[in-house]
Amino acid sequence: MSQVLHTPPHSPAHAEDDLAALAARYGLSVSGARPSLPEYVRQLWARRHFITAFATAKLTAQYSQARLGQIWQVATPLLNAAVYYFIFGVLLGTKHGVADYIPFLVTGVFVWTFTQSSIMAGTRAISGNLGLVRALHFPRAALPISFALQQLQQLLFSMAALVIILFCFGIPVGPSWVLTVPVLFLQFVFNAGVSMVMARMGAKTPDIAQLMPFVLRTWMYVSGVMFSIDSTLKHTSLPHAVQVFLEANPAAVYIDLMRFALIDSFRADQLPHHVWAYALGWALLAGIGGFVYFWKAEERYGRG
Amino acid sequence: MAERSTENIPTVIADNVDIVYRVYGTGAGRGSATAALNRILRPKQAEKTAGVRRVHAVKKVSFVAYKGEAIGLIGTNGSGKSTLLKAIAGLLPVESGKIYTDGQPSLLGVNAALMNDLTGERNVHLGGLAMGMSREQIKERYQEIVDFSGINDKGDFISLPMRTYSSGMAARLRFSIAAAKDHDVLLIDEALATGDRAFQKRSEQRIRELRKQAGTVFLVSHNNKSIRDTCERVLWLERGVLRMDGPTEDVLKEYEAFTSGKS
Repeated sequence: MSQVLHTPPHSPAHAEDDLAALAARYGLSVSGARPSLPEYVRQLWARRHFITAFATAKLTAQYSQARLGQIWQVATPLLNAAVYYFIFGVLLGTKHGVADYIPFLVTGVFVWTFTQSSIMAGTRAISGNLGLVRALHFPRAALPISFALQQLQQLLFSMAALVIILFCFGIPVGPSWVLTVPVLFLQFVFNAGVSMVMARMGAKTPDIAQLMPFVLRTWMYVSGVMFSIDSTLKHTSLPHAVQVFLEANPAAVYIDLMRFALIDSFRADQLPHHVWAYALGWALLAGIGGFVYFWKAEERYGRG
Repeated sequence: MAERSTENIPTVIADNVDIVYRVYGTGAGRGSATAALNRILRPKQAEKTAGVRRVHAVKKVSFVAYKGEAIGLIGTNGSGKSTLLKAIAGLLPVESGKIYTDGQPSLLGVNAALMNDLTGERNVHLGGLAMGMSREQIKERYQEIVDFSGINDKGDFISLPMRTYSSGMAARLRFSIAAAKDHDVLLIDEALATGDRAFQKRSEQRIRELRKQAGTVFLVSHNNKSIRDTCERVLWLERGVLRMDGPTEDVLKEYEAFTSGKS
């Protein structure tokens, strides 16, 4: 080829080091660079409608092929609770000493499922949506946050089922029900934060998604979903470190706070000390820490 | 070309760009468990021994694109056209060199954001939001998007889930959503090849409109006719190397000689 790489007629030939200078002169920026943290927050805020629309769309798409459609949003958590009741309430008899065991168990299962599915969805938020990440430009944190929001919407459906169960067991509506709002908010921030940490790890090493179900199941068993941590601690003598560990466990904190808010027989003395401080602390730590950790790798998602 | 003679404002500058893909689980390591473990434990040294293959997709490419230009990217399959486009959009990292852009170039395409189980109507909203349009903008352009796609020509299909659409209908809706936004730098990857003849005509018309609003348009296509119709400058990539850069007719003549000589 004799004509190889002749310069276009309208642009003067540029030496290589000239190009950088040219870019600087016209204020061009490097493509695909990571924005500063305040700029990143601003971009994310600008995409808030996308985050909510994406979460709602995912939720509706979930059961759109089923004949019963959106009824499954409520039926699935109810069936889940029935299975847990059959195994832990009837077969294993873990209910000893717990008043209103079924509301106690169902609240635990629903609140735990919120954290569990948020983290699971977060782990796959980037690695499972590479098509989206590679095709469009948006702050990637929108994905894990959107998945956590989808799980929050799912939980609200479950709460509707829970209210029906609570009425069936004659638990009165009390002023403490208002507390569910701050508890859910703090738990959402915590979940979104952990999701972002897992999303970054899962984006680099997708194998983590295979490991997470086991980690999460272990976490569930120590979080007092089907037994009362408070009465277990009173009846057995465990080392102090284990006690603190069990009581500070964020999942247990949110579950117990929710039970305290909803069930009148679950009294304040069953809650660990400083429980609100734990709830707030975990939310802040996971929320801010997770966000910054996720942002640090922003320019590397969906690449290589 | 006359309007540029007064001022040449660059919008995209590629400075000696190299792009390298790393593919895991090939060659000597054969993806065996020990090789995988080795790779996790010693990411740096293990790259060669654990069967990581490096694919050098784009090699030392430099060019300057100016405001108001429509640039075609041509080359045989696997020559690095789409890779270069993704790097300009900031979606792929460069190994060395730099790409400077004016604003955020956007790749024309929303496929990945759409969901087959949702109605066409909700997908228009979702796709628009994913591209960064505001709710008001979407509301304003909604009718325009639906009319342009021609989805409702044969009955009220927009309120049905997208999985019930024929592949041509779905492709038309996707293009209509993607083309609804105004872009500073627009990157189009073979988007013109979708839909029937009437829709292709409409798409070419829309791309000309977008070009007027956009600073610069890049078009990847294997259809030399659509390159001739829309672009006045062409970059020819072959095996990752920028082989030629010049006015459409000159480059296409060489390219056509090259491809016909090969077959």
